[in-house]
Formats: sequence, structure tokens, C-alpha cells
Amino acid sequence: MFAKSLMNKLKAAWLPLFLLTFSVTAAAVPDIQHWTTARGGRVYFVATEGLPLVDVRVVFDAGSARDGEKFGLANLTSGMLDTGAGDWDADVIAQRLENVGALLGAGAGRDSAYITLRSLTHPDKLAVAMATARTVLAHPRFEAKDFEREKSRALLGIQQKGEDPGEIAEIAFMNALYGNHPYAHPADGLKETVEKLSRDDLVDFHKRTYTVKNGVVVIVGDVKRAEAESMAEQLLADLPEGEALAPLPEPVARQSPETLKTAYPSEQTHIYAGVSGMKVNDPDYFPLYVGNHTLGGSGLVSRIMEEVREKRGFAYSAYSHFVPMRVMGPFMVGLQTKNAQAQEALQVALKTVQDFIDNGPTEKELEAAKQNIVGGFVLRLDSNQKLTAEVANIGFLNRPLDYLNTFTQKVQAVTREDVKRAFRTRVDMTKLQTILVGGGTR
Amino acid sequence: MLIRGLRIILLAAPLSLQAAEPQVHEYQLDNGLKILVQEDHRAPAVVSQVWYKVGASNEYGGITGISHMLEHMMFKGTQKHPPGEFSRIIAANGGRENAFTGQDYTAYFQMLEKTRLPVSFELEADRMRNLKLIEAEFAKEHQVVLEERRLRTDDQPRAKMQEHFESVAYSNSPYQNPVVGWPDDVAGLTLDDLKSWYSLWYAPNNATLVVVGDVNPDEVFKQAKKFFGPLKRSALPAPKRQGEVEQLGLRRLTVKVPAKLPNLVMGYKTPTLKTVTDETEAYALEVAAGILDGGNSARFSSRLVRGQQIAAAAGAGYDLYSRLSNLFTLEGTPVQGKSVSELEAAMLDEVRRLRDEPITAEELQRVKAQVSASHVYQLDSIMYQAMQIGTAETVGLSWKKVQEYVDKVNAVTAEQVQAAARNYLIDDHLTIAHLEPLPLPEGAPAPEDAAIGGGHVR
Repeated sequence: MFAKSLMNKLKAAWLPLFLLTFSVTAAAVPDIQHWTTARGGRVYFVATEGLPLVDVRVVFDAGSARDGEKFGLANLTSGMLDTGAGDWDADVIAQRLENVGALLGAGAGRDSAYITLRSLTHPDKLAVAMATARTVLAHPRFEAKDFEREKSRALLGIQQKGEDPGEIAEIAFMNALYGNHPYAHPADGLKETVEKLSRDDLVDFHKRTYTVKNGVVVIVGDVKRAEAESMAEQLLADLPEGEALAPLPEPVARQSPETLKTAYPSEQTHIYAGVSGMKVNDPDYFPLYVGNHTLGGSGLVSRIMEEVREKRGFAYSAYSHFVPMRVMGPFMVGLQTKNAQAQEALQVALKTVQDFIDNGPTEKELEAAKQNIVGGFVLRLDSNQKLTAEVANIGFLNRPLDYLNTFTQKVQAVTREDVKRAFRTRVDMTKLQTILVGGGTR
Repeated sequence: MLIRGLRIILLAAPLSLQAAEPQVHEYQLDNGLKILVQEDHRAPAVVSQVWYKVGASNEYGGITGISHMLEHMMFKGTQKHPPGEFSRIIAANGGRENAFTGQDYTAYFQMLEKTRLPVSFELEADRMRNLKLIEAEFAKEHQVVLEERRLRTDDQPRAKMQEHFESVAYSNSPYQNPVVGWPDDVAGLTLDDLKSWYSLWYAPNNATLVVVGDVNPDEVFKQAKKFFGPLKRSALPAPKRQGEVEQLGLRRLTVKVPAKLPNLVMGYKTPTLKTVTDETEAYALEVAAGILDGGNSARFSSRLVRGQQIAAAAGAGYDLYSRLSNLFTLEGTPVQGKSVSELEAAMLDEVRRLRDEPITAEELQRVKAQVSASHVYQLDSIMYQAMQIGTAETVGLSWKKVQEYVDKVNAVTAEQVQAAARNYLIDDHLTIAHLEPLPLPEGAPAPEDAAIGGGHVR
């Protein structure tokens, strides 16, 4: 692979920085198989080789955006799945899985709730792991004693966030940006709302949202198509057919800029500033994503990092990013700096954003961003685990099956004008919501 | 980036019969650079890591944090490449990069599409010997590191507690100092300090190059030789033993910081694979940690979180791979209505049970099953594989120890776990820290604008 001619080409290519081009062959992108079960379950499967393992992920439209008024409901439901199911209590469930070395996880964010299962493909072991996952998914007990315990643990978790200025700032930011929208509250809820949750709330939520038609099954690993088909059938067998939930309401963008400062006895002030950004499958996804790579999405070489950290030494971490969500997600700038220079650091970051909106990236910057994204594309798919995450997104977010195949072409096609237009029309800094937490005395 | 003692937690497993143990190909250049290559052809990607055998544990009073500070300065240019260019070249080649400092190592890595590997070699070889330490760059990066300390330690109650805990638990071991360094030491570092540290430790004969990915080992060696081969070796300082003196009785401390929840950290002095006389004891301690905290069926979850409902969270940890003896640690947060002291008693009771009764065959089997499966799972990540090889090699064990791990754990018996617990998990070698929360405001608005900001524009 380091044949002389290729090496010479490489050397020649990397001397004039920023002029490299990459072509990623279609062969690097996995073949995603997709089918729908008789009961309407959507399944996505990739066969991989080389390691005797399989990753399974079942994703439901059962995130905290579906909490209603009961903030924390989705999270607690997810957290209780493996604390008792069918004939088994938490100990038996854990022992069954751990006896065969399987890893079962569950979690809930704003847009979705999921369970993950990682198992060896050895038939006896996989059978135990699958039977356990099937029951945990469909027959959680939500027993009173487990419910009380997990609820108090959830409450402690919420309380603990109150000792982290970064967490406090993030919660305040989403609240400021989303107002009454279901994205406004943190996925693990608030003290007042979690305290009021009842066991019946969880039973009901599970029944409504953990259904065949409200989720997708993703299987990636060293199994054959026929095995994957029967695994998917098995996982969904005991779930009600249900219906996909109606789409979430679109958030109403804030109409005026707001700054909220909270005194907190920390050495640093944590800052978040942002506006309404983009959603998944957004028509402006590629110009915004590629543009933000230059602005604040590519670590040390991004503009915000250059201005805030590299030129001024103001912060260890400084960035901007879009969080694409099922309805409009945020665009946010984040940094932390010692209290005395909080305003100055914030102004530097915001000026950098404004310059970018006004002028866009230079040709050289745009080219560098594309080189990094396209040249590093294989790194997004180089493990079973990463592949599972990518395929789960394609499935849950209804992306086209060739999403990964066409990704790099779409990145390459972005022009400076596209980025400028997209940032100007989408990032409205006159409605900026700014949160500062810190600066209090001890 | 900074990693405090890499934890290679249990969770590897005996080689499933279907997964062949990957081969590590070992080479050495005349200048002493060791090169370890492992093939993984599942994807056209490669990770390249350079590990230096220098970390916080090589530091002495007054200059703690210097290894980490130097790690930051390694991105600030050489004779050939101006500040920041390293990162720009890696980015332009589609790469991802970072670096981390621990007690026993400073390491740098890039993840790349496989044909780009020589880009990494050219740049790493260059900064191994030709770093240009510039005052203006240092002045800024110094501030960045101080911000990093504020972010990761000063404003994190548990991290702060951990720092105090380690400074009390160790009498003289350099592990008593935080990797990021004590505030005054970090603030007092000078460019000359860094120059000395760099010239003392950064040399091919104090480094290991680890490459894992879709590569041909002999070709990797050829390329490595081309770029790293011309570098000069150094006369390295003779290693100091730095053995911790024996602890002569239980130690306690209280850390009072603004926080919402109390917390408990305890640690027993234990040997590691590197310092133990009989390796079996180290593997037995590894299993003991798994019995307490190896998953949701383990004793802490089953008995303390669910059974007695005394802990909201409880964990145990033991690090096989460190250069000097370290601690077998227990950590926990009590549930509402229970005190740290009650949690302490319950956790110590679990340790007493490890000493008094042999673990059951089922529990032992379960830990082994998890270790075996996890080993296969870890092979899914080329980064993780490289980390394991690099850590073992850098702390003075061979990479071969990584490959032996599953078999050694599988050979551990219940009697050996009990014996190790009796030898090492004893009160006289224990340190106990309580985090006592000081009140925090309930989200009060800042009284006035001046509370935040007020800095001058440069």
C-alpha cells in the first residue's frame, strides 16, 4: 500500500496543503438491507465480517419530547426496562445477560428512546441475549418497589446536575430557546415533575410508545440475512402493533434576543449562545454542516477555536454546532472561561460567528473543510459500533438508504455561496439567546 | 486532553473460539524507537500513536503538570512547521487527532484513512526532536491549560475531592500529584522548564510507536524507518524506584466543597502487574473488582443499590497496568436519607465478605464470561486496541501482557481472590474520603452585570 509511486503521489499531494482531493470508493460504504415485517416493523441490517459479534439497536419515537406535561417520563420509563420484566427481577435479568457476556443498554434523549444489545454470535449465547432483550422490551414490570427506588435515583441525578455550571447553563439554554415546546425541558425532567410521576404513567407511556410501528430495528454484525430476519421478528414479537406517533409541533423561534445570567460560585463562567438551527433531513443540511465545520465544528483548526483559544488563550474548549433534530434543533456556540473575561470571550466568539455569516468561508477554508470531512469519512464507519449508530440514524430519521453512499458527493457539491446563503437565512443573530452561569462568590 | 490513569476495566473475555488473537508485530529502530503494529483489515482506516515514557509520575515538587503542559506545546510548531500547522495538515488529510497525558505516559494520536499514515509519521518524527518552544505561544497556551484545570478540577466537586484524596492516600509516591498539576506549580511553569523537560524525555529511545489498522506491518516498518530512523537517541535519566512507603494505619479526610450531593471515595494500597511479586495476585484483584462492580449483577448493584438501597451509585476499580503500585478504589453516593458513613460501612462490609468468604462459582464464572466477551468487543475498536498495547508497553510491561489477559483472568480461582483480598484489602492500608457539600445557590439570578465579566478588551 505504500508502493513507491503512490508514496510519491502522496508526498506531492501533501506539500501544497489544502489541495488534496479524495475519492472514497463506494466499496467503503456498507450495503444496508431494509425490509418491513408482516406487522409493519421497519428493519435495517448490515452484515459484517471479521468479529463474532452482533450489535442490535431498537429505536422508538419515545424520547422526552413525548413527555407531555410529565417531564422525565420517557427517561424513567427507559431506565426501568431492565429492573424487572416478565418472570425476572433485575438480578435475574442481569445474570442472564452477564452469564453470556452480553451488554444491554437503554436510554432516552429528546427525540428518541432506544435499547442496545451487544452479543457474541455464538448461537446459545445469542439466544439467551435475544430472549432477554425481547422480554425487557415488551414486558417490563415497573414494580412499585423498583419504581420508588429508580425515581429517587433519578431525582438525585437531577440534583447532582445542580453542582455543574455547564449542566445548569445547558438546561437554561434549551429552556430559553424553546419556551413551551417539548424540547425545552431536560430529558431527565425536573425535580417537581419527576416527583409527581406514578407507576401508571410509565405503564401507559410504555404501552403507547414502545410499539412495532413507532420504532425501527437495526442489526449490524456477523449474522446472515435469515438470522437477522428472525432476530427482528423475535424482538418485535411481543410488542403491540401500535401506530407511529404524530409529528412533533414545530418550535416557534424566539422573537427577541435575551441574555440570562445566573450567579454560581465557580472559577469559570459557562456560556451558551444560540438560535434556532436546523432539523434532520433539512434541505440546508449540507451547507450548514460543511460551513460550521470551518466556523466551529472542527476542533483546533476551526475559526472559533482559533480566535478564542489559539490567539487569545481564553478557553480550553470553544465551539459552535448545529444539533439537527426531528423538528428544528439549535445552533449553539459554547465556551467556558475565567469569570473576569467572560464578556470579552463571548464577544470574540460572537464576532467570529457574525463575520462568518457576513462573509462565509474563504475558498481555502471551504476546501479544507471538505478535505477533512471527505477524507475522514471512513473513520465514521470503521467499527461495528459506529456503523450501528449511523444505520440507526438512517432508519429512525427516514433517511434514504443511499445516504452514506451519496454523503461525500453532497459535501463536495457545497459552494461558498451555498454556505453564505444558508447561514444568512438560517442563523438569525438578532434573536440570540445567551446564557451565562458563573461569577458568583463562594 | 488528559486522562487520569487509563482504566482497562474488566470486560474482556477469553477468546471466543472464532476470533483469532490478533498478532502484534514488533520492530525496533537502531535509535531505540520501538514499533508495534497490529493488523485489522475490516475498514480502510488506521490509528497511529506515539507514546512517550514520561508523565506526571516523573515530575517533582514545583513543576507538577509540566508533562501535560508540554503535551499542549507539542502542537505549537517546529523549525519546519509553524504553530498550528500540525493540526491543519492532519485535518487536510481527513484525520482526527488528539493527545493525552497520564501518570505514566504522554501520548499523541491520529486516526486516518489508511493511505495517509506517512503524513502522521512525518509530523510526529519532526516534533519528536525539533519542537520550537516559543514564548508568545507558551504565554497563550499557559492560559489555556489554567482554564482546563478550572474546567476539569476546580469547578468539579468530585474531581477536586479525588485530587485531595490522592494527595492523602499516598505518602511519597508521585501518584499523589494530579496529572494536570497543582495550581501554583502550573502557574509557575516557564519556557525554560519546558525546554529542559522536552530535551530530557523526548527521544526515540523513550518512545513507542503503535499502529493498528488496515496496514501491512513490514510496510509500516519501512515507512517508520524512513521518517523516525534519522532521529538521534538521547541519554535518558536512570529510572528512580519511587516506591510508596508502607502505610501504617487507616487515613481519613473530609473535603468540604460547594456541591449538591455527598460522596465517598476509598482506596486500598495494592500492587499492579508491574510491581507485584506473584502476578496471580494482581489478576485476582482484577477479578475482585469485577465481583463488586462488573456489571448490573455484581454485588454493589445487586446488594447496595437494589438490595439494601443504600447507594444511589457504587463502583469499584483496579488498574492492572500502571508503572507504580496504586489503589484499589471504591466510590459511591448514598441515597437520600442515608449518610456517607452508612454507605461506607456497607461498602466495607462487602470488602470484609471478600476476605471472609470465597466468592461463589457462579459469580466467578460470570466475571470470566464478561471478560471473554468484552475482549471480542474491544477488538471492534482499533483505537482501543492501540491504547491497550501502548499502555502496557509504556508502563514497562510488554504488549504480550495484553494478549495474556483473558487466559490469566480465566485461571483465577475463588481461593486466590479471597487470598488477595486478605493480603491487600486491609484497614491499615486504607484511605477514606468524605465529600461534605457546602451550600450552593438555588439558581439565583446574578445580582448585577458586574458579577460576570468586567474584563478589558485587549
